[in-house]
Amino acid sequence: MVPLTDEEVRELSTKANAIRQTIVEMLTAAGSGHTAGPLGMADIFTALYFNVLKHDPKNPDWAERDRLILSNGHIVPVRYAAMAHAGYFPVEECLTLRKFGSRLQGHPERDMLPGMETTSGPLGSGLSQSSGYAYAARMDLIREPSASNGAGGKRSGDFRVYCVMSDGEHEEGNTWEAILFAGKYRLANLVGIMDRNNIQIDGDTENIMPLEPLRDKYEAFNWHVIEVDGHNIPQFIAACDEAKAIREKPTLILAHTIPGKGIREIEGDYRWHGNPPGKGPTDKIPADKQAEVFLNELRATNQRQ
Amino acid sequence: MISPDAKLAANIFDKPALASTREGFGKGVVEAGTADERVVVLTADLAESTQAHHFQKAFPDRFVQCGVAEQNMATVAAGMALYGKIPFFTSYATFSPGRNWEQIRTTIGINNVPAIVCGMHAGVSVGPDGATHQALEDMALMRAIPHFTVISACDSEEGRKATIAAAKLGSPVYMRWGRDKTPVMTTAETPFEIGKANVLWKSDKPAVAIFATGHLVYQALLAARQLEGENISVTVTNVHTVKPLDRETILREARAAGAVVTVEEHQIAGGFGSAIAELLAQECPLPVEFIGVHDKFGQSGEPTELVEHYGMGTSHIVAAVKKVISRKN
Repeated sequence: MVPLTDEEVRELSTKANAIRQTIVEMLTAAGSGHTAGPLGMADIFTALYFNVLKHDPKNPDWAERDRLILSNGHIVPVRYAAMAHAGYFPVEECLTLRKFGSRLQGHPERDMLPGMETTSGPLGSGLSQSSGYAYAARMDLIREPSASNGAGGKRSGDFRVYCVMSDGEHEEGNTWEAILFAGKYRLANLVGIMDRNNIQIDGDTENIMPLEPLRDKYEAFNWHVIEVDGHNIPQFIAACDEAKAIREKPTLILAHTIPGKGIREIEGDYRWHGNPPGKGPTDKIPADKQAEVFLNELRATNQRQ
Repeated sequence: MISPDAKLAANIFDKPALASTREGFGKGVVEAGTADERVVVLTADLAESTQAHHFQKAFPDRFVQCGVAEQNMATVAAGMALYGKIPFFTSYATFSPGRNWEQIRTTIGINNVPAIVCGMHAGVSVGPDGATHQALEDMALMRAIPHFTVISACDSEEGRKATIAAAKLGSPVYMRWGRDKTPVMTTAETPFEIGKANVLWKSDKPAVAIFATGHLVYQALLAARQLEGENISVTVTNVHTVKPLDRETILREARAAGAVVTVEEHQIAGGFGSAIAELLAQECPLPVEFIGVHDKFGQSGEPTELVEHYGMGTSHIVAAVKKVISRKN
């Protein structure tokens, strides 16, 4: 891997900030939806769409693209915003989120929006789908051992599968079934990315249903685990690179994130899990000022960058 | 009389060949896999009793053992279908689609990908395993999911053909299978097309149209033959595709007779008879009697005695025909 230049890191940070502004705008316009998770994952989605993923916004069905499966569909505003900024569709379309007739459903639907790899929302089923996808792709790689398929094209199945998951959905049995499966079949073309933000709708994960020690659990299931600061873009990109060198196991990137990251008043506050700006807790910012305060804060951050 | 167009086996009332419908799956899926290398088969620790082991032997590299984890199996299959494979995933119907219904709804139904849910051991004719393993609700569960086609084959041969057809359909399918060996009525020449019901027994002036699905089609034919001896004319239509229904054939046969009996090894609530009744209520309301399980769970026993105990034998069909005739006019 060629390390990022300072200039490249600054550009990615600026992009992440722009994506956060779009998230606040689209949630405000929608009047419903989740705020904390999308803001907390803005740095990782920026890294994915602007550095890590092999993809083409103008050709979303490109056979060789890396597949990004979003398991916890409720944070999809961050994906919509990142896709729009990457050129999949106009950024203005983000303001149709959750509205009648929009391609931007409250929880993502595959056949409504090109580039959306699967339908999700009900928690716990993304890692299994990603595992099935990675398994199927590897079947074709094994079947076509030569570097080319003879028609001058690349081998089918020659891509990586990334699965973004929440920490809360590790309370679902289906997730652990998938961890067993991917470990058994040594799906080295699969990378799980866990948004370890420690909150869920009803409170902190370790109060609702303790999940730790997550690293030990994954390692016991035969995964390679890399822990990163989910807001350190170069560190996350380096972890994705490291995963490519792990040939005998699937990799989990355990990304420690701050829910609501970027808006000081709401960072780490679980009460912002399921509310949009304008409908969140009012003890710090009155409801009618929330969107404005959030956007001003993000713009100020942008100027400092 | 047996319709010559149905090209049924010659000896079905004498010494019919016996085979379970799931055996038809086992053969059909190997044929489908031979014809199309995208076909893969998954199982959840039930390779032999789902008959998936035939495919496992023929194509070991395309067989995926998921362990006892039906939710994972359904969603792994969804991922494989997203990639471009044609996965058949197999377990008992009480577990799949019973336990993993939401995963099927979201990741296969809403996603609209061609994964094929194979629910074995449907009906009380599972026998000694008892109520926990006798799926009586699966067709109701699956016909309620948009995008899904629902198929319940009448015998092993039809099951073989249905499996080959399902692999080519390109959309989500639920296939229902039985454990017990039952008469093989159809032949390689019997027409089969997904969504096209087949009239197996016809009459010039029928008093009742019997619509049946699954292996009880044979009991319906036995009933038709017995009723013929009592000068009561009926037709028997094999409705292997429970969704989408063959509206044209069903409405034609229903209108010709003016009364209907439905036959299935499933709960009456939400099942095949309900589907027929929904269609008739809208298009040609007429008296209907339902053969099936009336809001009860099964129990251990031998398949034949259980089918009789729960009111789905030949004598029950004969009685239902007579009852529905009495309700006409």
